[in-house]
Amino acid sequence: MNSSVDTLRRAFGARIGRAFVSCGQTIVFVDRESVREILLWLKESPEEHYDYLVDVTAVEYRDPERPIEVVYQLRSLQRGAEMRVKVELPKHEALEIDSVVSIWAAADWLEREVYDMFGITFREHPDLRRLLMWETYTEGYPLRKDFPLRGRFSRAEQVRRALAANPEANYSMEELSIAQAQFDLPLDMRERLERGERGAIPEPKVRDDG
Amino acid sequence: MGLMPRDGAPAVDRTVVEQISPNWVTTRLDFLVNWARSNSLWPMPFGTACCAIEFMATAASRFDLSRFGMERLGYTPRQADVLLCAGRLPFKLAPVIRRIYEQMPHPKWVISMGACASTGGIFDTYAMVQGIDTVVPVDVYVPGCPPRPEGLLYGILLLHKKIRGETMADPSLRQEEHLRRGDLRIPARLVDELSEPFGNSIHQTRSA
Repeated sequence: MNSSVDTLRRAFGARIGRAFVSCGQTIVFVDRESVREILLWLKESPEEHYDYLVDVTAVEYRDPERPIEVVYQLRSLQRGAEMRVKVELPKHEALEIDSVVSIWAAADWLEREVYDMFGITFREHPDLRRLLMWETYTEGYPLRKDFPLRGRFSRAEQVRRALAANPEANYSMEELSIAQAQFDLPLDMRERLERGERGAIPEPKVRDDG
Repeated sequence: MGLMPRDGAPAVDRTVVEQISPNWVTTRLDFLVNWARSNSLWPMPFGTACCAIEFMATAASRFDLSRFGMERLGYTPRQADVLLCAGRLPFKLAPVIRRIYEQMPHPKWVISMGACASTGGIFDTYAMVQGIDTVVPVDVYVPGCPPRPEGLLYGILLLHKKIRGETMADPSLRQEEHLRRGDLRIPARLVDELSEPFGNSIHQTRSA
């Protein structure tokens, strides 16, 4: 068992849930409302110093009663220590959790991917858009257990919607300005991007079936 | 055959050619044009997955694609004859491949390389086009997962054979309807039928 669990319990008390070792990895469950505080402490505390956020992902189990878990895989590059922090989100409540982009910038796209695939809303995320599927995708969240493997629409409807997308609209103005490419674009494409011609983007939904 | 009038271009009187064909002059001309075209196909590689690795092997020195006049890989659709889709096509790329196909000048052909490009392959999922023929017309399907370079070369030789059989007397060869964004190339019922599960997944239903 990673010694960080004991120091976590001393610092946060009842907000730290059960902890166990699986395949050599220490897994600790924490309270969903204080996840940002705990993760910030794990990064900033000099004896912990988990400075590297390896991955943010989520797990949904086949058992419909079992909550969805958001998983943070942490690593301390100096100490070579690893820890896995999990937060449980019950399915009957809104799937919302605080974003940790303010702690690790690496969480930006990782949280966007989790939002895209599971429909979990990360509060105070600077740019919570779909990452893998296109922004006008309306079939739902593909990695949820209630999502059919081949999607919800018929194949013809899927092809039609895919072909209706503007391939030039996959980039936001922010992304193009980061790449410093927007001034090299043709004038008509720049105008289209400025008009926001990216189709009707569905609002981030709190729940898939809500 | 490049003689089809574009919008606004002066119409070529095709009826004369059709009425006198086939005769000695037009068949000789067909032979000459098809010989030139089939021996200088410029591919536009659209490699999205592991099939593209086999395509690279085909283009490299051991198998040497340039033996068949394909040494110039044009990474611009404006100067290409064959769209070679090597790999699976996700829905996100469907409008891209259609735009590339529309940007290619006539005459143009399409080779669908590998199981995924031809049928969706093992990726019978929410994210994958089930065969690129639901998006662009396809001339030659090369089976395999991925096809060996010999397989791709055989597909290219089949395309040569197909081109050598073309005649300018048949105006339907180059007919292309103008599709707007979001239009299906073939009827929706046919897209559904082509995308049905097959092989071992035949027992699965759409809700599975």
